[in-house]
Amino acid sequence: MAVQKSYEEINEKIKKGEAVVVTAEEVIGIVEEKGYEQAAREIDVVTTGTFGPMCSSGAFINFGHSNPRIKMKKVWLNGVEAYSGIAAVDAYIGAAQVAENDPENKVFPGRFVYGGGHVIHDLVAGKEIRLEATAYGTDCYPNRKVDTVITLDDVNDAFLFNPRNAYQNYNCAVNLGDRTLYTYMGILKPRVGNASYSTAGQLSPLLNDPHYRTIGIGTRIFLGGGVGYVAWNGTQHHPNVLRGDNGVPKVTAGTLSVIGDLKGMDPDWLVGLSYIGYGATMAVGIGIPIPILNEEMLHYTAVKDEDIYCPIVDYNEGYPYSKPMDLGFANFKELKSGRITINGKSVVTTPQSSYPRARKIAEILKQWILQGKFEITRPVAPIPSAEADIVFKSIPERTPNGLANGRNK
Amino acid sequence: MKNKLVCYFSTAQTEQPIIYRLVKNYDLIINILKADINPQKEGYLVVELEGSKENYEAGTRFLESLGVVLEPLSESIIWNEQICIQCGACASFCPTEALAIDRDTMEVSFHNERCVVCGMCLECCPTRAIILHFEIKEAV
Repeated sequence: MAVQKSYEEINEKIKKGEAVVVTAEEVIGIVEEKGYEQAAREIDVVTTGTFGPMCSSGAFINFGHSNPRIKMKKVWLNGVEAYSGIAAVDAYIGAAQVAENDPENKVFPGRFVYGGGHVIHDLVAGKEIRLEATAYGTDCYPNRKVDTVITLDDVNDAFLFNPRNAYQNYNCAVNLGDRTLYTYMGILKPRVGNASYSTAGQLSPLLNDPHYRTIGIGTRIFLGGGVGYVAWNGTQHHPNVLRGDNGVPKVTAGTLSVIGDLKGMDPDWLVGLSYIGYGATMAVGIGIPIPILNEEMLHYTAVKDEDIYCPIVDYNEGYPYSKPMDLGFANFKELKSGRITINGKSVVTTPQSSYPRARKIAEILKQWILQGKFEITRPVAPIPSAEADIVFKSIPERTPNGLANGRNK
Repeated sequence: MKNKLVCYFSTAQTEQPIIYRLVKNYDLIINILKADINPQKEGYLVVELEGSKENYEAGTRFLESLGVVLEPLSESIIWNEQICIQCGACASFCPTEALAIDRDTMEVSFHNERCVVCGMCLECCPTRAIILHFEIKEAV
């Protein structure tokens, strides 16, 4: 009889402490030993994990009011601007924002030592943060200036809300040019001197549920060391792409938007990063449990590094100028071995995503479930899959004649 | 020739325009890498001196004649395991495998005895877990 389990049945087992939970690495060996059907019968949940630079991350913060009250027009946290055009004392601090006085790339390559990701890390670490705000003053909000020191405990609300995380697969970046490139994929040495990649491979959440059968809106997840939820599909979610026979995309595809209470998170799993010559961002830790509802889900979660490919992309001209170039695909197992072959040349590989930390997240999430502290969730609604026919768009080039301040004619 | 030196000097020597004389009289190119002078005006300068062999030697003899203690700069790389997130980017730039990845666990480790202090890792580490340390003595 085919294996069929419901979310409710699995949660009953979790509550009783009877659920069988394994990581996305461990499941591979179990399948080899017992076969898919038997393994699907026995395993209830497979935990995944990923920990790497995730741009499009940030946090909403409500500071509470000063006395007299203020309607903040501009806000800085440790000198990094947060967006405050939301309400009076709400702001959004983006991970990629660099400090106001940062020399940027004026002396190339810039160092970008402190940005929004570092602010979020420091907040979660309980450190004191300088809060500066300016305002124009209104009858209801007369104050024009705040300059003080806050900690995470002092603010009413702080929640991480990352518009695009957990990219399902990512480019393997190389440099076909003659000078060193400083990119968000790290330093790329000239003449294909190295190949940089960023994915947790067989541990990566969306590579273990390639068609988003169980990961959807409302899915409870490990986020930044605390509990979070999938809020929506991520921005640039583009599921309708080239996929292998196993359903795994061979190019960048799905993404997730995630949300969670910053006050319950851990600085070990939200770490500010500085990419020389590029800017600041944040490493985000995400772990997603995948319920083994049937044998099909087990097939997906048993995906191995050698079954995962990513496209080799030139960051000299190919990526920045959107020039199509066919450089083939890199296999994730080979990427992890430290060298791949490109056009007959052996090339050193540079990882950007932390595999050991991804493994640790999958293990922590497994322990949470085994201890009955974390139940799985049926998505409230699915995120669009390949059938949704989403088209990837670019900014149109048009002349804004006749448009005054962007308003209609 | 070109060398990095630590110049330790005492109160009396800070009164002297040492750098000026090195440039003017000995035609040396001087790059100050680090300097620290305490309120008693004792301190050190970490400099890179560049010039012809003749001028270099005459310049350093001049410094020693003033009582400045000169020592070759000893630099070392420090890897902070607590800050490192184990991404492994550094290992792909390290020419001596001083920063190495265990390919089974993908964990990064640092082997100081293999390090030649080339500094490649300093640029590519996104967490700034790797720093360059100058060996400076407490006092002359």
